[in-house]
This record gives sequence, C-alpha cells and structure tokens, in this order.
Amino acid sequence: MTTTEKRDEKEEVKTDDGSPKIKSRPIVQLGIFLISHSPVFSVVFSAAGVLALLLLPLLAKNTYISENALMPGSARSMLSNRDVSGGSKLVKDIKNHEGQGVEVQRLIGQHMSEMGAEIYYQKFHPEGNQFHPLRFFSGPDSDTLMGNVSCASYGVNVAGIIRAPRGDGKESIVLVTPYDFINGGDYEALSLGIASSLFSLLARVTWLSKDIIWLVADSRYGDYRPVAAWLSEYHTPSFKVSDLLKCDEINTSGSFRRAGTMAAALVLKVDGRSERFEDTLSIYAEASNGQMPNLDLINVVNYLAVHRQGFYVKVEKVVSLLSSSWLKIFGEIFEAVGKVAHTLNPNWNFGIPVADYLEASATLASSLYSQALGIPTGPHGAFRDYQVDAITLKVSPRFPPDSKARQHDFFLRGAQLLEGTIRSVNNLLEKFHQSFFLYLLTSSSKFISVGVYMIAFALLVAPLPMVAASLYIDGCNVLTKSTSNPAENLKSWKWLGAAKQVFALHLMGFIVSLLPYFICQVPGQHSPTNRSIMWVTTSASLLLITFVTIPGCSPFSSRLHGTKWAVLKSVTISAAFIGLCLMSIINFATAEIGALLLVPMCLMVRPIKPDLRSRRMKSMLRALCSMVLVTTGFPVMFFAISRGLTGKGLVGLSLGGEFWTWLESLWAWKSATYLYIGMVHLPCWLLCLCILFNPS
Amino acid sequence: MCKPDQYHSLYKHHFLSPELRDLLRNARSAVIQVSDRLRRFSLDPIMARLVLSLITLLILQSVWVTIAFESKHVEEFSEELLLKPLPDRKVLAHFHFENRAPPSNSHGRHHHLFPKAISQLVQKFRVKEMELSFTQGRWNHEHWGGFDPLSSMNAKPVGVELWAEFDVPQSQVDTSWKNLTHALSGLFCASINFLESSTSYAAPTWGFGVNSDKLRYGSLPREAVCTENLTPWLKLLPCRDRDGISALMNRPSVYRGFYHSQRLHLSTVESGEEGLGSGIMLEQTLTVVLQPDSISGEANIQPSWSLSSLFGRNIVGRCVLAKSSNVYLQLEGLPSHELKNVDPETEADKFWKNAEFELSLKPDRILREINSFLYMFDIDKSSDREPFDLGLTWKLPSKWSCQQAPLHSTRFLMGSGNERGAIAILLKATESQEKLSGEDLTNGRCTIKANIFQIFPWYVKVYYHTLQIFVDQQQKPGSEVLKKINVSPSTDKVSSGMMEMMLELPCEVKSAAISIEYDKGFLHIDEYPPDANQGFDIPSALISFPNHHASLDFKEELSKSPLLSKFKEKSLVRSYTEVLLVPLTTPDFSMPYNVITITCTVFALYFGSLLNVLRRRIGEEERYLKSQAGKRTGKLKQLLSRLKAKIRGRPIEEAPSSSTESQTEVQSSVFSSKLLFKIILVAGAAAAWQYFSTDK
Repeated sequence: MTTTEKRDEKEEVKTDDGSPKIKSRPIVQLGIFLISHSPVFSVVFSAAGVLALLLLPLLAKNTYISENALMPGSARSMLSNRDVSGGSKLVKDIKNHEGQGVEVQRLIGQHMSEMGAEIYYQKFHPEGNQFHPLRFFSGPDSDTLMGNVSCASYGVNVAGIIRAPRGDGKESIVLVTPYDFINGGDYEALSLGIASSLFSLLARVTWLSKDIIWLVADSRYGDYRPVAAWLSEYHTPSFKVSDLLKCDEINTSGSFRRAGTMAAALVLKVDGRSERFEDTLSIYAEASNGQMPNLDLINVVNYLAVHRQGFYVKVEKVVSLLSSSWLKIFGEIFEAVGKVAHTLNPNWNFGIPVADYLEASATLASSLYSQALGIPTGPHGAFRDYQVDAITLKVSPRFPPDSKARQHDFFLRGAQLLEGTIRSVNNLLEKFHQSFFLYLLTSSSKFISVGVYMIAFALLVAPLPMVAASLYIDGCNVLTKSTSNPAENLKSWKWLGAAKQVFALHLMGFIVSLLPYFICQVPGQHSPTNRSIMWVTTSASLLLITFVTIPGCSPFSSRLHGTKWAVLKSVTISAAFIGLCLMSIINFATAEIGALLLVPMCLMVRPIKPDLRSRRMKSMLRALCSMVLVTTGFPVMFFAISRGLTGKGLVGLSLGGEFWTWLESLWAWKSATYLYIGMVHLPCWLLCLCILFNPS
Repeated sequence: MCKPDQYHSLYKHHFLSPELRDLLRNARSAVIQVSDRLRRFSLDPIMARLVLSLITLLILQSVWVTIAFESKHVEEFSEELLLKPLPDRKVLAHFHFENRAPPSNSHGRHHHLFPKAISQLVQKFRVKEMELSFTQGRWNHEHWGGFDPLSSMNAKPVGVELWAEFDVPQSQVDTSWKNLTHALSGLFCASINFLESSTSYAAPTWGFGVNSDKLRYGSLPREAVCTENLTPWLKLLPCRDRDGISALMNRPSVYRGFYHSQRLHLSTVESGEEGLGSGIMLEQTLTVVLQPDSISGEANIQPSWSLSSLFGRNIVGRCVLAKSSNVYLQLEGLPSHELKNVDPETEADKFWKNAEFELSLKPDRILREINSFLYMFDIDKSSDREPFDLGLTWKLPSKWSCQQAPLHSTRFLMGSGNERGAIAILLKATESQEKLSGEDLTNGRCTIKANIFQIFPWYVKVYYHTLQIFVDQQQKPGSEVLKKINVSPSTDKVSSGMMEMMLELPCEVKSAAISIEYDKGFLHIDEYPPDANQGFDIPSALISFPNHHASLDFKEELSKSPLLSKFKEKSLVRSYTEVLLVPLTTPDFSMPYNVITITCTVFALYFGSLLNVLRRRIGEEERYLKSQAGKRTGKLKQLLSRLKAKIRGRPIEEAPSSSTESQTEVQSSVFSSKLLFKIILVAGAAAAWQYFSTDK
C-alpha cells in the first residue's frame, strides 16, 4: 500500500511542476482530453463545420415584420391615374431630348418643381474613391482633398425635396433613380417614370411626416459615385470655394438643400426585360464590408411586392451551383433524412425538397460571396457608410420598353410598391432597429440569423486552439528531450523563436498589403499586369530580405532544428485562429470563407521531406494532401480557381493583371477583405509553406 | 410691450361700453327668470314681490358699483382676425385676441373678463413678461415671408417654446421658473414641466433679443400639439369658441393646416401709482396656414376661398364682450401703381372689385401700406341669418413674393457615426437684401448684424474652440467677423450649454457658414426616453437681426386696433432654424433577458473567484484531499479485504481511521466559522465599495 502511494506521488511531481494535485478539475480534464485526442476532434469538428454550412439552407427561418409600426400594406394606395400619366409624360419628354445631357437635367428639374418640390443641381467629380492605406476604417470624408479639377468631366445630380406638410423636418426618406443623362437608355428612363409618378402623389398627400428627397443620380460615371458624392456633400460639405462652380453649364446657383437625418433610402433601377412571365424585382442589399440594412426594410419591400403588387421577387444567386451534382446529392440526402424524421415524428418538418435546397444554397452562396467581397452591390452601399438603411430594387418589366400600353400598368404597380414602402417607413417613429442586421439571405423571404450561422464558423475554428496546444506540448517534449543545454531549456519561452518568425512574416504581410498604394504612385502609365509584376517582385524581394535578415525564418536555413516545426505550426495556428476570430467580427462572411481555406491547410500541413522519405502510402497521401491544400491556399491560385469555376478561364500573365484589378477594386472600396488577405491569409500561407518545406 | 402712456389713453373711453350694456341686459333677464321661478313655486305673491324687489335692488347695486369703477378699472377684450393670401396658393389666418387687465389693488382682486388663472399665475410667480407657444409644422420663410411683423412674431419653432422674465430677486428666478413650468403644464395639458430640469433651459443674456438677467428660455421640440392644448387656451377667452371670431376655430380645419402656431404672450404693465399693482396684458394669437381647396382648373390662378370654405364655419356675430371685433384682409403685391392712383373717395369700389380679384363683402375701411393693402371689415352687422362670410375670388393669375429676412438660415448636422459630428449654420443672402435699409454703417462699412442664440443639450458636447466661420466660402478668423460671443458650456447631466454670438457681416455677403464640432455623450440607462432609437433633438437656434426691424407703415391714421398697433410697432426680425435630430448610441432595450443573464454571469464569475481566492488555503486543502484520497483507497482496500475475508471466512482487521475523521470534523467546524467571518468581511467590503462608488 505504501509503495503504491509513493509511486503516485512521484508521478504527480513529474507531470505537474511542483504542485501536486491528485485530481484536476473536470474542465481541465476535458481540456486535456480534447488536446490529447486533437487529431480525431479536429477532423470531427471541421467536418461538422462544413456540414453545418451545408445545413444552413435547411435552418433558414421565414422572415417576419418585426417592427409593428411599419404596418405594410395596411393603407390603401392613393396613387391616381393622373400621377401615372404625369410619369409617362416625363418619360416621353426625356425620350425626345435623349442624349442632350443638360436639357434632360433641366427637364427633370422643371418637372419636379412643377410638382411643388424644392429642387437643386449638384455637381460632382467622377473620381472620388482614392485609396489611402491608413484611412481604411475611418468614416467617409469630404472631397476637399482633390486638387486641380477640370471642367472637362463632371456629373450633375438633380434632387428634389418634398417637405412634409405638417412634419418637423427632422427626418427624411431618400429615393434614388440613377440615370445616364448622356447615353439615356430606354429602361433607365422607366425608373424615372415610376419615381415621378410616386413623387407627384407624395407632393399632395397629407400623411407625410418625413420629408422626401428624390435624387436623380447622374450615372454616366457609374451608379455608385454620384450617390456617394451627393451623400458626401449632404453630410460633410466643405464651405470652401469649389472649383466646380465655375464650370457653368447648368445654373446651379440654387443652394444645396437638406432635409434632416435620413431614415431610409431606396434605389430604384429598371433594367433589362424579365425572363419570366411576371415582372421581376431583384433586391440588392449588401453594402461595404458585408454590412446589411435592417431586415425589416427588405421584409417590407418583399411583402408588398409579393402580396400586393404581384412581382416575382428574387435575390442574387450563384447560378452555376444550381446544376452542381454534388450539392444535389447533399440535397437528396437531406430530403431523405427529413422524410424519415417526418415519419418518426410528424412535428419534425425540417426537410425541404431538393430544388428548394439547391435554390437556397445558390442564394446563400451568393449572399456569402457578396458579403465576403466587401464591395457594395449597388448605390445603396453609399448610404450604409452613413448608417442609413438602404436597398437597391432592380425591376425588370416583362414588356419591351416601347410598349405604351403596358407601361402605364407597370408604372402604377412600381409606384404603388414604392408608395407602400415609403408609407411604412414614414410610419416609423424610431429608426430601424427592431429586426436583424446580421443575417444571410437564402431567398427573399427566408433568412439565417447570426446565431445560426455562427455555429458553422465556430465549429470550423474550434480545432485550431486544440491542435495548437497539442502541438505545443509535443514540440516542447521533443525539444526538452533533444536539447541538453539547461539554459535553453526554459520551458515557457520555447515559442519565442517561432513567434518571432510568425511576427516577421505578418509584418511582411502588412508591408506587402501597403505596397499597392506606393506602386500606384509610381509615375507613368502601367498596365495592371505590369503593376502586378512589380508587386510580385517587390514582395518576393521583401520575403527574401526577411528570410535573410531574421535568422531561423527561412525554411531553407542551415540551422537544423529537428522538430521545431511543431512549435512553429502551433504558433501559426494560434495566429490564424486569432486572425479569423477578429475577422469574423469585422466581416463574418470573409472569415467563414477564409476559415474554409485556412483551417484545413493549417491543420494538414507537415514537413514534406520525412513523408516523402518514408515512402509509405499513408504518409505519401498526407504529403499530397498538404501540397494540394497549400497550393489552393495561395490567394492568386484560389482566385484563379474561383474564376475557373465561374467559367472565366484565365492563364498566364493576364491572370496577374486580373488579380491586380480585383485587389485594386477591393482596396478602392475599402473592403476589409483586402486587409484580411494581406495580413492574415498571406502570412499564414507563407508560414504553412515554411512548415511544408521544413528540412526535418 | 405696452407702454404706460398708451394705457392711459385707453382709459379715456366712451362711458357705456358694450359689456356694460350686456351686463344690464343680463341683469334684467336674471330678474325675469327669478320671478318666473318664484311664480312656479307659487309662493305668497307679496313675499315674492318683496324678494324680487330685493334681488333687483341687489343686482342694480352691483351694476352701479361696476359702472362707478369702470372709468378707472376697465378690462378690455378685443378680437381680430387677419387673413392673408400667400404666394404659394395658401391662406394665412391670424387670430389675435387681446385682453387687458388694468392696474388695480392687488388685494381682493376681481376680474370680469380677464382670466383668473393667468392673473393668479402672474401674481404668484411675479412674471414680468412671458411667452408660450405651441407650434406644429414649419414656417416657410421663402414663401410666407420673413420680414414682416407677422412672421417675426409668429414664426415659432416646432413644439413648445417658453420664455419668461421674472420680477423676483436673482436667486429666486430658477425656482419661480420651475414653479411656472409646472403651473403652465397643468393649465395647458402639455408636458411643459419637462422644462423644469436645469438641463433643458438656459438663461440668455443678450442673444435672445430681450436683455435681462432674469430671463429663462426653454423649448421642447418633440411636444406634439393638438386640440388638448387648444381647448384650455380657448378657455381663457371670454367667449371661448362659442361666439365671435373664435367660433371659426373648427378643430379639423385648424389642424389640417400646413402650419399651426398657438401663442400666449403676457406682460405686466406697471401702473406707476402707489398702492396699485400692475396691469396685465394678455395677448393670444393663433396663426394657421391653410390650403384652400382649389376647384378652378387653371393652375396659375390663385385659388379662391371664403371663410366658410377655409374653416367650414361662419362668423355669426361678434363676441358681445369684445370691445372691438374686426376682420382684416391683407393683400400683398397688388399692382399698386394702378391702385395708388385710384382716388379712395370716389372709386372705392375699385379697391375691392376689380379685374384682378373680387371680395364678396364691401370693406368698411381700406388702409394703405407701403407694399400691401389692408381691408378692414367690422363683423358687427353679421347675424345668424346673414353670417359674415368673407370670400376672395381671383380672376387673373397673379404672382408676388413676400419680403425676406436679410439672410436665410438653415442648420444641419455634419459627419456620420455615433462618436462625433458637427453642427453647421448656413446663412444665405436673400434677394431682398439689397433693398433693406437696416444696415449699420459703422466705420464707413455697411454691415449686417446677426445674432445667433443656440442651446445645446448636455449630451451634445460642443467644443467651442472648433468654431469655424466661413464668409463667402473663405474661412475668416473669429476676430474679423465675430463681434461678440457669450458661451456657457454644458455640465454633464446638470445643465445645458448655451451659445450667443453676434456676427457682423459685410452687406454684400452672399453666404456665411458657421460650423462647430461636438462629441456625442453617453446617457445613463434611465435617462433614455421611451423612443430612444429615434434620436435626440437639438432645439432650434434663433437667428435675429438686431439692426433690422419689421413694421407695417400705414399711411392712414389708425383706429384703436390692438393688432394693427402691434404691427405698427417695430419688431425685431428673427427666424428660427430647423430642429435637428442627433442619433446617439442606444443600448439594446429589447433584450433585458440577455442583459440580466450576462450581468448575472459576470457577477457570479467575479464573486465566485473572489470567494475562492479568499476562502481557499491551498496547503490545507491539499492535505485534506490527500487524506481523503488515502481514505478512499483505504476504503476500497477495506472493501476488498472484507470481500476476501468473507470469501476466506476470516475476521477483519479494524483500520485506525476514527482519529482522522474526528480531526477533519474539527477542521471543518473551524472552516465554517472562518468561512462565515470571511463572507461577512467580503460582503462588508462590497457594501462599502458600493457606497463609495455611488456617492461621488
């Protein structure tokens, strides 16, 4: 008896330094258990994470109107035929003046003021989105920084304001119709017709409590820029002299007018002919960095469009996914499981048909992708920068644009939809806050809230700390065994060398992500391909410098560190974990897609040499796996693959140019995804590369 | 407002005023009624006669007493209505009621016409001058004028505005103000009592226009104005809305208007005589802007209207208690060069019945002003059979514009986000500026002076050093433009901030802008109003032009009309800016459950770990655990040995365990008493901490 006790005591002393404990707490035990079985758990968790992502379409809930004050569709429409014929007249007038930019602007302005609105014209510069690396998350600033301006190219927005008769002028609702005053466009003119019909109604109604602003944005330089310029003038005007005022083509002497805090904004576009039997309404909601407007706004529009006006409402989806066979297999499995569950308990109704599943997945994928990209999907994105809820409505009529007979009906329905929406927003006493801001759409009437979609991400990243801890313990053990020097045997500082390397590479990633700004400053005209080559060469030389200057950084360094890679991998995984978690707060969709790429790569990667040397089937397979994962993990490679999947095959140097333009668009739109790629993904990939070629 | 000499002139009034006539008439009818009643009760006829004669005597005596006093203490009431067509096809109706109580002995005061509630208010709180206004809608300075007495006195900020000057020692002003707000709140069924808190009112020194240090000013922009406020206001009138001009106030038509401002102004007039108190002048005005229903097809002809079409009611007779009851019609912008030449004696008809327009009634008098005509109607002649229904019919299209204030002011918020922002006030020169004569020629320079008075709630933390002034789009240093500035910074949760500044701008100024930055404060959870997500209001700023005074200049000698004499007085030109809505960060009120859960978790974790740290003794615990473990293994061994013994059939050896058990028992008792002591200690510390942390 005594001998066994003594042995126990000895073991305790060994396992835990100096503090003998007989039985650790359950939570610690659980942790130890998880760490010791980390390979199994990491596989289980990652697989569960992917499965949860695939299950999301099944878990989508039906949307509902959360804010009671909205009361959509409870009032009868007051739109009269006279309003609509006014709109038709405007469209006809515009067609007569098509192409004469100034004339059309004047015409619209005159039309607005005849309806009793206060109008003004605003001039703006076409190029406003200037990239500045240090001004990433700062709010929008005024356009004062622009130096010499030329009168050669500028746009003119026309805006009209209807003051609410009995309102206090504290709040306003904005209606935007982008229109190209130079090139016109038959369909685009129709959006002006709808807005004009609505505007003439709103000019005479008595129920308005918020002012209405109708902005006809000059879309000859894109849809987004004029709206952003107008908003910037609205919120951050410069009181200094503007050079643009001298460019006098149209009389813009009327001062810029404002109408209080914006409650909501609707962007209306009419484009293309509907492929379906009904008129189609597409809703675009994604703003910069995956920010979404309040779900209630989408709900109101969707409710009115479906139940009152009979539009076919759709949300953008990835079409190629609809025909993918593997997704179909998943859908069939889920359907079968759902059916079985239904027979077991009639209350379990989570199964959905395969077609629905495919549709929902395609929409979800598109929703994830647009949010992850961080680039707004329309002019509504400009409003989100000022905390204004906004969506873009793209309406496609089912008739050709010159059909007069159908046009009236189309105007009536479009204007009634907008009237209902504006009336609902007008009812709001508070700003939108009741419903969700963090959600993914699987159809126009179904959504997945943050509480559900976080599960998939949490499961995906859960193995990272486990594996990091287990690797750290392994690496320490091996290191203690291998080194005899007690001075180097300071246990708690073993990660320091690895951390230095990780930090150096992250720093490099940061510098690399700043480089494009300086490359852009290089004088002379360069093609995107040239610029990307410049970028690649500078980055590569930087990498070399890093490897040379910081000892032990290079995978090819002469210093042999045996199994040091385990500690390095552990620190890498920790860094990736921290990076992903931070990113999930900034832009969840980016983090989700990033985790799908990073997590398997970080978990799988091992030094390739011993595996190749061993020539065993299992280790060969492992080596191959890590090779493939690391290859796809390279941002350019992934870009190329995703391009290839969407059907735009690219090879060789043009790929570099293409990638450059893509990145340029990311930073021009201040997308956090760019920062993520530069500061989290790229360093982690480089570290994985280091581990892969570790000479051990 | 009313000067003493004016008052004396009012005393010399014709002897038997209408109200006396009424009084006599009433007395007679009362006698008849009493005699009827007595007859009905079939009293003894002699007795009845005696009683009757007694009553008659009493009544007659009271009448004589009043007549005797009348010459000295005349209480006058007058009712007037001004109608004015506005350039934007609307009609302004301005009701003006004036009630004067002459100076009298403050003891045993009795009023015939003057509302007792108001006189008690004045006496109790020693109010020298006070103005209370309830407003809904915005005054359109561009179309409805900004440089006439009507607009400078009756264009009020949205919601409730109250200012009062007291005749009490400086130390009691605040208490008087607080009591006054409560009294008015009860009197007018409005939440004026919210002005009681020191965070909502300010003490302007010179920026408000009245130079006094006993003045308090406050406004409630969010107060909704409705009939519940109008009814108590009407109760102050001797005829309420039963008779006279106020009978026009049909609630639906009054509140259907585009602007609606109900104002109550009272001022005390010192009698100057010893022993006499002060007289009170109560001025009640209601300004409504209505839109006549235009049936006429032609768009550019002004709509024709009549009183009955505007209000849905008629005037069927004057208020018998009123000294004068007149209706005025002011027509601006008539082709005066035509009418000026018309001889008022011979061709009087031409003034009201010409090619351009036609009045339905013949005016009793026509007053000429510099750029308008005033038609006066006496409603004495109207009766039930022949109601006074003034109508105006336009025959030709006519256009005119109202006189504008020298500078048109707008105010707006700049910036985005929940952290900081800026307030900008923009002053734009109006077209009529050149014609004005009010400029101040100092040092040979022609300048316009503009006072800006602004209250900032404490949660808008203004940084006064960030004040920037731009004149004609060029930044100017404060010393150049700023003549005078008085700033009282806000104290968090204690008092609101106030800014008064006097700008001196050159006459040829086109635009001037002032911007000032602020930080948004955080409110305590219980300081949020019920609809916190709407945002918070910044009350209107007041822009006044101390060198500009508006008045109507009549060519003819005026009759004793209080309204017209009011207009003839020079009044300061002032305009209020819009109310601003600042969105502040709001906690998620809709999730109390989450909040409770999180706080409970945090508390549990905190106190749990704290207790753990305080309570546990690692050494002893280990010993205890070890002994326990030893015992457990001993028990298991015992059990095994017992089993063995049973199997073998041998007696068991007793283990010496009782001593250790007793030891642990003693330990645990010691433990519990110590534990208790420590818990008490911790609780005491927590209570002390709580006490000191809450009490600053």
